[in-house]
Amino acid sequence: MKLIIVAGPPSAGKTAVIRQILSHLPVKNAAYLKIDVIYANEDEEITRDFGIPTRKVISGDLCPDHAGITVLSDALLWAEAEGAEFLIVESAGLCLRCTPYTTESLGIAVLSAISGTHSPYKMSPMIALADAAVVTRIDLVSQAEKEVFREAIRDVAPAVEIVETNAVIGTGMRYLMKIINDLQPITDPAALTLRGSPPLGVCTVCVGKKQIGWENHFGVVRRLEGADTLFRGE
Amino acid sequence: MHTITILPGHDRNGNPETFEALHLRPGDTLAIVGPTGSGKSAFINDIEVFAQGDTATGRRILLDGETPPERFVRDPACKPIALITQTTKCLADLTVEEFLGMHLRARKITEGDLIEKTIRLANEFTGEPIRPECRISSLSGGQTRSLLIADAVIISNAPIILLDEVENAGIFRDRVITCLKKSGTSVIFVTHDPLVSLMSDRRIVMGNGAVKAVLEPDGSEESVLKHVTEIDLYLSSLRERLRSGEVLRETVAAA
Repeated sequence: MKLIIVAGPPSAGKTAVIRQILSHLPVKNAAYLKIDVIYANEDEEITRDFGIPTRKVISGDLCPDHAGITVLSDALLWAEAEGAEFLIVESAGLCLRCTPYTTESLGIAVLSAISGTHSPYKMSPMIALADAAVVTRIDLVSQAEKEVFREAIRDVAPAVEIVETNAVIGTGMRYLMKIINDLQPITDPAALTLRGSPPLGVCTVCVGKKQIGWENHFGVVRRLEGADTLFRGE
Repeated sequence: MHTITILPGHDRNGNPETFEALHLRPGDTLAIVGPTGSGKSAFINDIEVFAQGDTATGRRILLDGETPPERFVRDPACKPIALITQTTKCLADLTVEEFLGMHLRARKITEGDLIEKTIRLANEFTGEPIRPECRISSLSGGQTRSLLIADAVIISNAPIILLDEVENAGIFRDRVITCLKKSGTSVIFVTHDPLVSLMSDRRIVMGNGAVKAVLEPDGSEESVLKHVTEIDLYLSSLRERLRSGEVLRETVAAA
């Protein structure tokens, strides 16, 4: 199983980038999981347009990144059972402090070229821990703006791969596909951990326990099966 | 200096384009004309991203006769092309001075007076002067366009500039064209403007997403160009008088 985790603020173009990835994959052997808070229909659209297995998790009162982290171990098993080679997870993209990327995955931060020069600084953990920063809506900005935006990304993540794209058309995607083609399968799903610590909080994810899977956490957790949240006491 | 070669793709129905290969050499000016929706912006976007058959048009763009190396496409400091889009808003939350300073830093240029030079050139193109402490997002459409063109000439120092509808932001487009020609920059104009079209060395006519014709006037349009230049000067003088609040009371002979 190869894991791709796509993060980025709402309306940055995460789904458009994922649709481009799916249309560029030589074989349609991916599974897609969407995490959102209140509403999401991307899973239905992607199943309709690409014919691949999809699921969504609506986190409701729970932090969506927390929900995403706890369901991830189940989701890997689900994708495996579906016979997928790739699992693509799309985050809700609300709290820019959280970085849902794990070890042995490809972390993609999606940001819009018209979101203002300061936006890369504001979402610096999300970019700094990613492997690739995909800048969308590049067709709407002129050369100088492109370079200034790029410089802001370089300030927070000097080594991150920057891919500029008009994700509706797919320009520049060849560079992202090159990175995806080099992605290695996960060697041991049980050993996956988060790359960074989410912000301080009261649950086991928030206080820095990086293991994935509900079975490794206490407090309010959830499984992939069943929409209810579950309390696990120590 | 670089030569750009455009290899044909196909129209919206998948029929191949009929031109063989189009070369843009240093100092060339090229106008792209055609009705809205005919594929003009897509044409310059292909050039901007160095399309390799991976865009909707299927065109391929070569640099000096070869597929450009990756860094020429992805590293802005190596990239020989600057595109100025139709969008007349720049959403950078910085002042003009900070914006240009950050662009210089991105290009690792330390020369001292380029910020002033860029603003001075931009102010030759626009009516209402831009001040260094203005916020980028509060500039008018014409001021933004002027600043981005001046930046492409002075800071990006791009040998090839792609200009999408230079005429629609109320700037002095004749001064822009003269400045670009003087600097030896190769320019592609996407335009609906007769003067801009006639001032260019060659003209590409678009339709249904494809290049329909490549025209090289060879001086045969000299007389029309002269006439259009006079009309344009007249219209410019009227524009400036109206802008300064004049009422135009003179009687004009009927055409």
